[in-house]
Amino acid sequence: MPRRILLGDECVALGAVHAGVSSAYAYPGTPATEILEYLLEFRRRHGRPFAAWCANEKTAMEEALGACFVGRRALVSMKHVGLNVAADPFVNAALVGTHGGLVVAVADDPGMHSSQNEQDSRFYADFARVLCLEPATQQEAYDMTAAAFDLSERFAVPVMLRLVTRLAHSRTAIEVAAEPRPENPVRKALRPQSWILLPSHARRQWHDLLGRQQEMVAWSEDCRWNRLTLNPDDRELGVITTGLARNYFEENARELASRPSHLHIGAYPLPLALIRRLAGQVKRLLVFEEGYPLVERLLRGLLDTPLPILGKLTGEVPLEGELTPDNVRPALGLPARPLTNPGDLALPTRPPQLCQGCSHGHMYHALKQALAGQAQSTVTADIGCYTLGALPPYDAIESCVCMGASVGMAKGASEAGFRPAVAVIGDSTFLHSGLTPLLDAVHEDADMTLIILDNETTAMTGGQESIAPSARLKDIVLGLGVDPGHLHVVEVLPRRVPQIAELLRGEFAHPGLSVVIAVRECLETARRRRKLVEVKPS
Amino acid sequence: MKIDIMLAGVGGQGVLSLAALIGRAAVAEGLHVKQSEVHGMAQRGGAVLSHLRLSDQVIASDLIPLGTADLILSMEPLESLRYLAYLSPTATVVTSVDPFINIPDYPPKEEILARLRRLPRAVLVEAERLAREAGDVLSRNTVMVGAAAHLLPLRRESFDGAIRQTFEAKGERALEMNFAAFEAGWRVSA
Ligand code: SF4
Repeated sequence: MPRRILLGDECVALGAVHAGVSSAYAYPGTPATEILEYLLEFRRRHGRPFAAWCANEKTAMEEALGACFVGRRALVSMKHVGLNVAADPFVNAALVGTHGGLVVAVADDPGMHSSQNEQDSRFYADFARVLCLEPATQQEAYDMTAAAFDLSERFAVPVMLRLVTRLAHSRTAIEVAAEPRPENPVRKALRPQSWILLPSHARRQWHDLLGRQQEMVAWSEDCRWNRLTLNPDDRELGVITTGLARNYFEENARELASRPSHLHIGAYPLPLALIRRLAGQVKRLLVFEEGYPLVERLLRGLLDTPLPILGKLTGEVPLEGELTPDNVRPALGLPARPLTNPGDLALPTRPPQLCQGCSHGHMYHALKQALAGQAQSTVTADIGCYTLGALPPYDAIESCVCMGASVGMAKGASEAGFRPAVAVIGDSTFLHSGLTPLLDAVHEDADMTLIILDNETTAMTGGQESIAPSARLKDIVLGLGVDPGHLHVVEVLPRRVPQIAELLRGEFAHPGLSVVIAVRECLETARRRRKLVEVKPS
Repeated sequence: MKIDIMLAGVGGQGVLSLAALIGRAAVAEGLHVKQSEVHGMAQRGGAVLSHLRLSDQVIASDLIPLGTADLILSMEPLESLRYLAYLSPTATVVTSVDPFINIPDYPPKEEILARLRRLPRAVLVEAERLAREAGDVLSRNTVMVGAAAHLLPLRRESFDGAIRQTFEAKGERALEMNFAAFEAGWRVSA
């Protein structure tokens, strides 16, 4: 079999190609971005499969669903919080009985390396009553992606592929198939009513989905990713691992006096018989899972079990952050590894920051000048490089909650009586989730000022093109009904900071909605573009 | 055989390109390689760390356990000090001496270098000067790989191959410069 060195994300992408995927959709988000980036590059070189960035995760999921609607295989990828945005189509996709495979690759970020929370997507799979596969290695990421398409078609449900940062962004060599599977032919569903979720149909579809649960569990019991290894000589401890936790367990297992019986869970719904067999063999269970204590909670239930279950809920395993080869040791009864050099605690930290000369910095200076002298004011912000305006030297923003929240929050604060209320949002985030709250603000002519930082890219995730070009942003805002007299487009240059501050001051005084689009290309994106231009002629 | 390397630096310094060069050389020798990377928020001028593991056995964890790393290879002196808790008793720190100052409380350079010199095994590399002499200051990552190469169980030819693989597409001049940069780094610890 050919071998390739790939990032975990890229294993998913290539696994999908080799499984005959026809369409792939996504919105950029760390740590899932590289899945679609790989597919875009693949498409550039080979013409197939179709791959495209979308306005947000919900539109991505719906477009993928459309491909499945006509019988093709589709992949949609996103970061964990993206699934909140796409939750509506995701949960309902479980009901329609898709006949073209739909794989939903979601990358969680335990430890919050680049996210606002560390929610565990496996709960969504459980909630939607669909299968979930959780790779522990890059090879599994590749193999499981391919298998997920088959499973999706076999059980007529979307299949979730749950990744975490440390797998998504770790690179290694894997074996890949020599021959890709051909794509599905275009073919509409045999029972199209199953896609029309009118209550009467939806009730039938829900009944069918519940009916398939037993088959899914039966599959899970003997699928190759759920593996039980019993040690008849050691009846003390049984270890259950999920996902990457297996690697950290293995990293330490050779130091254990005796190897405990071990069940690894890589596929959900939970293999109940395997769990019962393990529990029947041992006096205590220890659960290691990357993410929330999902398995542990299901095992424990509400009432005391005769078998002690140790894990995140009992404090043996840390409840917050990601697992490491070090923090699983206490639960295994292993001492901390001796440190030759404990390190130097007095080192100054080096938090991320805006690039030198980034226009967001100039805009924050203008904003602070404009707000100086106000008795009170508030600045809500959003998700992107400009969130770093929360840190010194800027200290310019007061909120960052979820994609698009800045707009609605400024409106709400203003309507609750706190003015001036200013919202700051990037162009890509605005197009993702800022249009609808701006429509609300137009409807009420809310007394607020929206600043759209238009750097013509999705900078934080590596400079993907925004879904609408900068040149159209003004028309989009006008189209939503913003008063042209209170819509300004300014170019952000250091020497213009005082003028921009003046303009902002004027709009803060206006007792209605104002929008300022502050334009300046991201330096990083500009640099990459120049590089591309340089390379092309040769 | 197992070698665990912590690669350190500041977002934007090309820490991942160090990992890619060493990883390619190791794969050419048939070793198992796992390389954990940092993308996203921290890449914006923050502290960046990559775990690189090479072994002739299958590697379980993508992360290196504390107290077990064989080498810290750092593009920046302050950053090299951040991960000392990962070092095994016999480990070495190989770091560039060129500070990257983007924080207000950056300690005096001499203080950092003095702390480094107190470590049992530290190799301090004037990466920027050597890279400039090799023809391009951007080749400092290759200088650093050269400086660490002695400590890795990999053949010189494998590094040459990795450099060729990485820089060939950028033209003959880039390739020559990177060979020279590697050689300059190699001579630091020879
Ligand atoms: S990547 Fe672009 S938008 Fe982000 S901080 Fe740098 S210049 Fe600013």
